[in-house]
Amino acid sequence: MDFMVFQYPMITVQACLDGLLLGILFALIAYGMALQWGVMNIINIAQGDLVILGGYIAYFMYLYGIHPAWGVIVSPIIMYFIGVGIYKLVINKVVDRDLFISILATFGISILFMQLMNFAFGADVVLANSGYGTTMLFDNNVTLPNSKIFSAVISIVFAIGLVIYMKKSKLGRAIRATAQNSRAAKILGVDTEKVYAATFGINAALCGVAGALISITFTIHPYMGLPYTIRSFMIVIVAGLGNLPGVAMSGMGLGVFEEFADYILGTEFRIGAVFLLLVLILVYRRFKLSRKREYLK
Amino acid sequence: MSKNILLYSAILIFGLIAPFVFPAFKVQLSILCVLIILATTWNIQGGEMGYNTFGNILFYGLGMYLCASVQVGMFFPLAEWTESGGEKTFVHTPAQFFQGMAVGLVVAAVVPTIVAGLIGYAILGLRGHYFAICTLGLGVAAGEISGGIEIIGAGQGFTTPPFPEVGGLEARGEFFYFLSFGALILTFVAVRAIYSTRFRLILNAIRDNEDKAEAMGIETMKYKIIGWMVSAFFCGLAGGIMGGLVGYIDSTDVAFDGREMGVFMVLMAILGGKGTLWGPVIGATVFHIFKEGFWTFFLGWQYVALGVLIVVIVIYFPEGIMGWLREKYPEKFGEVIDEEDRKAQVELK
Repeated sequence: MDFMVFQYPMITVQACLDGLLLGILFALIAYGMALQWGVMNIINIAQGDLVILGGYIAYFMYLYGIHPAWGVIVSPIIMYFIGVGIYKLVINKVVDRDLFISILATFGISILFMQLMNFAFGADVVLANSGYGTTMLFDNNVTLPNSKIFSAVISIVFAIGLVIYMKKSKLGRAIRATAQNSRAAKILGVDTEKVYAATFGINAALCGVAGALISITFTIHPYMGLPYTIRSFMIVIVAGLGNLPGVAMSGMGLGVFEEFADYILGTEFRIGAVFLLLVLILVYRRFKLSRKREYLK
Repeated sequence: MSKNILLYSAILIFGLIAPFVFPAFKVQLSILCVLIILATTWNIQGGEMGYNTFGNILFYGLGMYLCASVQVGMFFPLAEWTESGGEKTFVHTPAQFFQGMAVGLVVAAVVPTIVAGLIGYAILGLRGHYFAICTLGLGVAAGEISGGIEIIGAGQGFTTPPFPEVGGLEARGEFFYFLSFGALILTFVAVRAIYSTRFRLILNAIRDNEDKAEAMGIETMKYKIIGWMVSAFFCGLAGGIMGGLVGYIDSTDVAFDGREMGVFMVLMAILGGKGTLWGPVIGATVFHIFKEGFWTFFLGWQYVALGVLIVVIVIYFPEGIMGWLREKYPEKFGEVIDEEDRKAQVELK
């Protein structure tokens, strides 16, 4: 336990800023999770591994001399097709079934991806250097890498773009109709199979964007996927499905929590703190609901 | 009935003579016993109660650490033991080793049971996928946290006390084999006894419709917690034995290994058939034979194969072996089928 973070205001400011910028990225991943959960009623444990895969695409561009920031454009395009491929192979067989089946099936996909990435890219922790430099604030007491600001801005742009797309485009309307009532949508001529494939593809593309940004700002490693899944699940259950401002807020809240946990408990307990927070949130909500004799649905 | 007695005694005799007939497979057979225990106890939640948990690994890992810690801590300072790592600064005498193991196994079984009771009260009110993800989080959190605690070896791992030099060369393998086989018999007898009472019906009622079960006056919470505590007891025991068998405990790779053992137990129960007494036993045996037989051919691709296996079993074979047999030979399971009804169903199809 180390409470230095509260004694020096500059460290507090640093942790808050880091956390907020990190949280925007989490919110982007969680938005994809909420989308597929709401539309297809599946929980994708492989979400985090899709993020890491997207990160490796950007990292590879960096290795071949292309600036990794272009990964923000290339990675989602590749990831979209990977997502559609996963849907056609596995997910379309679990959509209408018990939720646990989808959890277990995507858990299998997650293990598969983890190991394939381990073979393809090696077990080293890597990052793509963007060369954006850092900004110093408050008499050089707070350092802020420009890449983090860049990633936050790009995440916001993508999130807003997606919201507009869902509101205005034909596919967006079809996706929303399917989410509300898939049978009625089917009757009205929506090809729900295509909508599901597109939804999963869009989710994978969002993961691709987030992954590319994570490879620029933080580090990626084949086995780091599961914490991202848990984070996005946590953000979604705190915010609720289809509540975009809520997703953004709770994402940033989680980011700040993590930074403080990092300072107070030490880096080795950071992931543990995230997972424990999930348990605590679920337990809190369960006791709150059980007073009304209800349960989380 | 007499057929059952024949079957049980055949298995018992096989189990007793197996280490002498197949001396090369003693360790494999011990691991098989542990796997069967884990699958059977997972089945109490996932199969009978309908609460799909990834969290039983928590009790398994807890039991592993507790047994080893007690075994060391009873006679030597624990911190110095883990500090010295693999070097044998302290040596257990045979009496100390067996005493420590006995006390350690009791602690490894009892403490997870209490933990399960406490945690169960908090999280068994969650349902369906919330429960699944919550227990997944618990398992991973336990691994991450135990990986940061210095006294049990933190990141570098914990070497369990080596087997003392008594008996012949085979003594270690035989000791752990009979320990795990004994634990397996204990588990199976206990679970079978539980399944023959009203308790199983209550668990099934909870699985089929919890609200209605509650409306019928069943205190569902109480039974859910008891069910989880039974699981935790045997998981902890299995973990304690496995810790001694492996000889080395690492937080995320051996004890709280959600990626291997935590998934294996779910997979084995589903492969054999959820909600049956024999399903997990058959599933674990088939899975273990498959794993040991084919793992070496994949050479590093084991996890890829595991991932594919999970997806294939879950999508194409969710009923498991017992479910498949039941569909094929319903008469053997004591189900009376009305011939006209069956014809009508075939026509409908």
